[in-house]
Amino acid sequence: MVEHKLLELIERYLNGELNSEELARFELLRQENTDLNERIQAHKQFTDTIKQYGERIELEKRLNAFHQEIDVHALKEELTVHPMWFVKLWRNHHSKISVAASIAIFAVLMTLIVSGYFNNRETNYVQLKGQVAQIQKTVNGLKTHNSISHTNNNLKTSNFRGTGFAISSNGYIVTNYHVINNADSVYIENANGKSYRTKVVYTEPETDIAILAVDDTAFKSLGNVPFNIKKGESEIAENVYTIGYPREAIVFNTGYLSATTGFTNDNALDSTSYQVSLQVNPGNSGGPLIDSRGNLIGVISAKSTRMEGAHFAIKSSYLLKAIQDIPSDSLSKPLNLNSRNTLAGLSQKQQFKKLKDFVFMVKVFKQ
Amino acid sequence: MNNIPTDNEVILGILNNSESVLKRLYLAYFPMVMQLIINNNGDEDDAKDIYQEAIIIVYNKIKAGDFELSSKLKTYIYSICRRLWLKRLSQINRYGGDIKDFQEYLVVEDDAENHSERDLQFTKMGSALLLLGEPCKTIIEEFYINNKSMQDICEAFGYTNADNAKTQKYKCLQRLKKLFFQQ
Repeated sequence: MVEHKLLELIERYLNGELNSEELARFELLRQENTDLNERIQAHKQFTDTIKQYGERIELEKRLNAFHQEIDVHALKEELTVHPMWFVKLWRNHHSKISVAASIAIFAVLMTLIVSGYFNNRETNYVQLKGQVAQIQKTVNGLKTHNSISHTNNNLKTSNFRGTGFAISSNGYIVTNYHVINNADSVYIENANGKSYRTKVVYTEPETDIAILAVDDTAFKSLGNVPFNIKKGESEIAENVYTIGYPREAIVFNTGYLSATTGFTNDNALDSTSYQVSLQVNPGNSGGPLIDSRGNLIGVISAKSTRMEGAHFAIKSSYLLKAIQDIPSDSLSKPLNLNSRNTLAGLSQKQQFKKLKDFVFMVKVFKQ
Repeated sequence: MNNIPTDNEVILGILNNSESVLKRLYLAYFPMVMQLIINNNGDEDDAKDIYQEAIIIVYNKIKAGDFELSSKLKTYIYSICRRLWLKRLSQINRYGGDIKDFQEYLVVEDDAENHSERDLQFTKMGSALLLLGEPCKTIIEEFYINNKSMQDICEAFGYTNADNAKTQKYKCLQRLKKLFFQQ
């Protein structure tokens, strides 16, 4: 009960409700009892906390009342930074999308593997030699030619076909290295279906150039080569054409020079090539690239699978360099390049007529 | 009603207990804070909680008379909310390490810290009062919060004399203290 009374006294003291007599007694008590001051402080603090708590609750009620007046829903719509639809789609359905994507990737990979896509390591660079499916047919065709029949009786394995062209009247033929690479024997066949046996006299794998020499007694001089090999570089937008054997017959195609450089598999610049835009196919490899004035400006070599219509031709200056680099002891007969261009000024039709006898199908036999 | 009060209007209004100024203040900056919260992993209820805390901090600072505006009030409120929300996010492990900001802001660590300490006291008081039960809770609230006299309380609760009421109030207060400090 003393506690009870004391607390009442403290409260009245704090509220200033004590009369002067009581106040004097209380002050005396405070001096005698040092604990009292602490008790007064503690009590004040506690009751203040109660009071402030009450005020806080009151304030919160008021704020809640204000809050009622805000259209929170509309505000939310307005203020949300809406992600793009595909982000939403991803957030809502990412597991499903992931599964679908995995299946799609798996299916594509399986298709590519099954179709043998990865067997060809040069995925975006297809060399233009034609693989002849019907080996037997070709072999039979060769057999009809007297001069070579005796050598080809046992040819049974794969055959490849490309194009080559003569650079001298005595039968030096230019083609691509990749056409004759690993060949056991190489034959050329002209537009009239006559085949001649050749031997490889020089190859340059880095520029994809190969030079063959006809080694066949049935071969007769071709006459003067009508074009000359251009020493300098040609310019973009030059009209060009090529003649080749993408199929069993000779085919003529025109186009233009689209860039003075080519590019390789890994997208590196290839300054030894031109990029040309013209319709060529497997089998055109090794064909001559000729400008409208009848200069030989390049050798068709490859096409890009990545860029539609982009093909590449080795620049003629690298061909000239390769010709110069042929070791003299490889040459069984003199190699005299033609310096006179007899095609200049002729129409394309006339140029083709003159040229076609100098362009050959290159047939490659491998065991 | 919806016009934004100037910073001076707010200070004077709160000091003079102006309900309309407090309301205009409240309505003025809520969208800004809502934008901050809902675009940083929160919802509208989080926005309300954080914003009200910030308003209470501002209110108490102004009431305490130690409110010095070193920036625009808007920036101060934004900064407080930002600080409180970052703290909340890390408490609930939703803080991804970066926050999307919509306003410039100040460092307001101290104000936010002091506030949360007081907040803790009030939370304890709230639950202590709840545990206290009736009639003690009402007696305490009437006397200490609403400043009712013992005479009024005595009548309202039907105590036969004021002494009984005083004894009851004393017992209630002692129990409240016990409940409060136990937590």
